[in-house]
Amino acid sequence: MSCVFKHRYLPITEQDRKDMLKTIGADSVEELFSDIPKEVEIDFDKMKEAIPEALSELELTKHMNKLAGKNATANTHAMFLGAGVYDHFIPTVVNHVLLKQEFYSAYTPYQPEASQGELQALFEFQTMIAELTGMEIANSSMYDAAAALGEAGNLAVGQTKKNKVLASGALHPQYREVLNTYGYGLEYDVDTVELDTDVTDLEDLRNKFDDDVAAVVIQYPNFYGSVEDLKAVKEIVSQSKKALLIVVSNPLALASLEAPGHLGADIVVGDMQPLGLSMAYGGPHAGYFCVTKKLMRKVPGRMVGQTVDKDGERGFVMTLQTREQHIRREKATSNYSSNQALFALASGVFMTAVGKEGIQEYATQNISKSHYLANQLKDAGFELFNQSAFFNEFVVKVNKSVEEINDALFDKGFIGGYDVSDRLGDNHVLICVTEKRSKDEIDEFAKVFAEVAK
Amino acid sequence: MVATVYRDLIFEISKEGRTAYSLPKLDVEEYDLSNDLPDHLVRSEPAELPEVSELQLNRHYVGLANKNFGVETGIYPLGSCTMKYNPKINEDIARIDGFNNIHPLQDPKRTQGALELMYNMKRHLRGVTGMDHISLQPAAGAQGEFAGILVIKKYHEKRGDLDKRTKILIPDSAHGTNPATAVIADFDVIEIQSKEDGRVDLDALEAAVGDDTAGIMLTNPNTVGLYEKDVVEMSRMIHEAGGLLYYDGANTNAIMGKSTPRDMGFDVVHLNLHKTFSGPHGGGGPGSGPIGVVDELHDYLPNPRVEKSGDEFIFNHDYPDSIGRLKGYSGNFGVIVRAYAYIRSYGAEGLRQVSEDAVLNANYLKARLQPYFDTPFEEFCKHEFVLSGNRQKKEFGVTTKDMAKRLLDFGMYAPTVYFPLIVEECLMIEPTETESKESLDEFADALIQIAEEAEADAELVQNAPYNTAVRLLDETQANRNPQIRHQKEDIEAEK
Repeated sequence: MSCVFKHRYLPITEQDRKDMLKTIGADSVEELFSDIPKEVEIDFDKMKEAIPEALSELELTKHMNKLAGKNATANTHAMFLGAGVYDHFIPTVVNHVLLKQEFYSAYTPYQPEASQGELQALFEFQTMIAELTGMEIANSSMYDAAAALGEAGNLAVGQTKKNKVLASGALHPQYREVLNTYGYGLEYDVDTVELDTDVTDLEDLRNKFDDDVAAVVIQYPNFYGSVEDLKAVKEIVSQSKKALLIVVSNPLALASLEAPGHLGADIVVGDMQPLGLSMAYGGPHAGYFCVTKKLMRKVPGRMVGQTVDKDGERGFVMTLQTREQHIRREKATSNYSSNQALFALASGVFMTAVGKEGIQEYATQNISKSHYLANQLKDAGFELFNQSAFFNEFVVKVNKSVEEINDALFDKGFIGGYDVSDRLGDNHVLICVTEKRSKDEIDEFAKVFAEVAK
Repeated sequence: MVATVYRDLIFEISKEGRTAYSLPKLDVEEYDLSNDLPDHLVRSEPAELPEVSELQLNRHYVGLANKNFGVETGIYPLGSCTMKYNPKINEDIARIDGFNNIHPLQDPKRTQGALELMYNMKRHLRGVTGMDHISLQPAAGAQGEFAGILVIKKYHEKRGDLDKRTKILIPDSAHGTNPATAVIADFDVIEIQSKEDGRVDLDALEAAVGDDTAGIMLTNPNTVGLYEKDVVEMSRMIHEAGGLLYYDGANTNAIMGKSTPRDMGFDVVHLNLHKTFSGPHGGGGPGSGPIGVVDELHDYLPNPRVEKSGDEFIFNHDYPDSIGRLKGYSGNFGVIVRAYAYIRSYGAEGLRQVSEDAVLNANYLKARLQPYFDTPFEEFCKHEFVLSGNRQKKEFGVTTKDMAKRLLDFGMYAPTVYFPLIVEECLMIEPTETESKESLDEFADALIQIAEEAEADAELVQNAPYNTAVRLLDETQANRNPQIRHQKEDIEAEK
């Protein structure tokens, strides 16, 4: 018998072990593993080489703080980086709700009678995101915006039996990469619609739009911050009876921009991160997935629906589960099992905290502060790439390498923008300003930027 | 559970003019974006988000939390889900500024701590699985499966073999994600029957394997909690036919420090960090589903890779044969941080103890319950086991669902029910290593009492639950007339 390892998370004592083995009718714990053939037994020394010895809680805390201390954060530096993940202010109540074990430690609500809290919170989330996007149906979350878009591509190809997705050239490059991967899986093509400066070229879309198109993907606002004219896009997509319009949207921008659902979107996806989720190096966040009623039964992943209990009281259950893999197996609408429920719930807490007016104030502050910086930079002689209206980020043309500029900014206490030179040519940087940046920070950033970027 | 059940929707306690947040006053000139937009792109109707005060918000979510069962509420023996204790320290660690407030597109030289953590995590997971290379990118188990099956697809494609290798073999006891995944990678699914003893039927496998086999997806121990003793023979058969073996890591909690997927002959494996490594589960997510592969498949892993170049940790995108990207940025980093802390808190010997105690606890519960329920597989189990409610159904008309609902009245969550599909009236029970003997005894006592109730007073069990926030919910109505969101009109009608 291997020597027993005592640990703060393990309650089985030596005496328990003896008593339990007696009830089981085994002489040792080893006997319980006797079905593992000798030839596949582990080389335990190798495992020990790969995994260092156990740390106490104190040692662990020190070790983790040391690792974390090697990262520059939004609190050590004023952040002007966005490009899909944003440094927004999160009211403290969001974290306090997240820390409730009833929410974070629970599983998928397979026993709805004992999981009403989470089910209701997700139902409320679905309602709020449907409101924001102007859509009829929302599911209870996807992994993130990129993966949600992949599922939207799969849905469109399955629904239309057509084999091509047209994606705007102003789509977030990582979302596009993920869409390509899903296309590799189901074997459909993803083609690019070129840009007309900072927005999707409608002429190119018209030329490429043919009978094989299952869907057109437009980001709103797009990767470069500009607002696409969805109405004009929809007019082209409507030429086909089948093709779907997929819109990828930053939900915060929808506080100011017309809801995609009111402009003809068939599917709207995106990331809840801007609404109350920590950046956390890119995850966990939560993707959202909204559709028209017509597509309700094609939705991937879990949906919560309202019903009644046997006494007639209102209650909530996971619904339309015949779409899902645990029931339908190879005939399911997707392979989704785990989603990002906890962070859908968290964004629901955020939307509740800021409410109907607060989300508009957030949006207004983002718009005002980003335009304030853009105007400062224009006054300093920089050229803006954006010709169309933009929300909270914009692209500036610079004369030095973006890395060099960002290094200089970093020394002055700033995390600079995202280098988009490989996509736009020359030296271009995508800069974001959220409500968290004060006028002083913006002024100082503009000053330093002008000094180093000219 | 509290005596008075909270029943309000957030929209029903909302009143115009309330709020639960504050921002600094706008300190620059307000910019009116509508001047730059065509009218049809200006939001016409504000989104109807709730309006409540901060205390109202907190009461609302406390009211909801009180109606939700967590691991700290009581035993949560869902089979295949590994509902172990989620250490508090890991929640604190994930919230350290240097992990929680970093942007994924920062210059990697300024997030070296995050990259170092991921780099070392890959080494630790190699230790658990025996695999040569790891990718941390997949967001959950099912996405890990998708990544792994695409790696297999790419392998055959690169060998010029993909046209004929169109089939993925999957046992009938497998998780539903396995066949669903094979299909979204454009493979056909061939189901392999299980034998009487719950394991894969080698004869059925032999008959199905051929030069059209792309691979097989296996869970070991399998979903009935038994180790697939013939795994080496299966590996030989599949490899000889030119296929690859995929390991569904949902049940890794049974084998840490005992046996690795690599030793068993697998080529690709996924792990569920939210299960085995205490994620936590978050009410159904987030997960994290890293995959591991053997050397030969290295080039096909998702991009980018976390690597070390000299003294510096980097993202390497330079793998042209990669299957590509599955998720934005660096995977579910916050889950990876927690799982890393979990592994470091145990070390290799601790992880082996985890698996030993998990298996001991499952066998103990099984031994206690076996006299009262049909037990399809009598031999020692691994970390989970299945019972059947057939006896109660046939003799007293009490179904597994009835018994599961009755368990909720005892302040316990129910096991996984009606899965795997190969066992009628199935109860699939996984206690995990963090349950004490006393807690296992309470659970066994409750289930034995329910078996007795089924005999003495079937109706009592059939009408359960009684002590939950709501009684039995009507799922049929929810499907027939789906109400997926609350409508504002409903509130006004109610008022």
